[in-house]
Amino acid sequence: MAEVEAAPATGAERARPLSPHLQIYKPMLTMVMSIVHRLTGAALYFGTLLLAWWLLAAASGPNAYAGFEWFMGTVIGQLVLFGYTWALIHHMLGGIRHLIWDTVRGFEPAEREFLTLATLVGSITLTLIVWVIGYLAMGGPR
Amino acid sequence: MREASHLRTPMRRVRGLGAAHSGTGHFWHQRVTSVAGIPLTIGLLLVVMALLGRSHAAVVQILASPIVSIVLLLFIINAVYHMWIGMQEIILDYVHDDKWKLLSLMANTFFVFAIGLACVYAILKLSFGV
Repeated sequence: MAEVEAAPATGAERARPLSPHLQIYKPMLTMVMSIVHRLTGAALYFGTLLLAWWLLAAASGPNAYAGFEWFMGTVIGQLVLFGYTWALIHHMLGGIRHLIWDTVRGFEPAEREFLTLATLVGSITLTLIVWVIGYLAMGGPR
Repeated sequence: MREASHLRTPMRRVRGLGAAHSGTGHFWHQRVTSVAGIPLTIGLLLVVMALLGRSHAAVVQILASPIVSIVLLLFIINAVYHMWIGMQEIILDYVHDDKWKLLSLMANTFFVFAIGLACVYAILKLSFGV
């Protein structure tokens, strides 16, 4: 933007009006969830490193797998894994919402608010269910 | 369409590929991979939950079974293509400098190929027990 303002105010190079950007608008649920969808997508992109580590550790042998299990048992590992689980489920539900919108359905104000809220509530609920089942399978928190 | 805007040849208009010469291909592929990703993500979650708390030997045995291997292979192949398109879209939205744009697009391609190959290799190694 600095370049635009510094340009001489003559001819075609004069500063043109810019369209309003994010900071103009009051945050709304649909808008925040749109941003969160992109953020969870980007997080999952790097989260595939966890998936690769897990599979390579399993393929490498007991020692490598023990290292992976140790990290996932630490507080940081658990937080990362919890975040990955939520991002995965949230991005999946957000994707379903977008697929519904792709069919040009659910665009009425109440409908789009419901779909967006359902994505958030659904992702948190499902993540907690997955983790409760996970802890039960592990025989309690370690 | 006004006559004055007919700078494109009739063939170009019929093909409808636009300035990027690739049309809406990536848009459509992102939808296809997102639909495929729904059952595959559920499959991944079920596999991981089934493995929790098990010994390495048990984990290897389960991961090596054909149905589990195939679900994981489908998940990772589908996921790397989906995230390749997605990250490219993010880069094109935010990186405007040509040099950084090309470098980050290239890094995106390298990353998804490396991560995809690593996961596929690990799954196949587990499956064939080499």
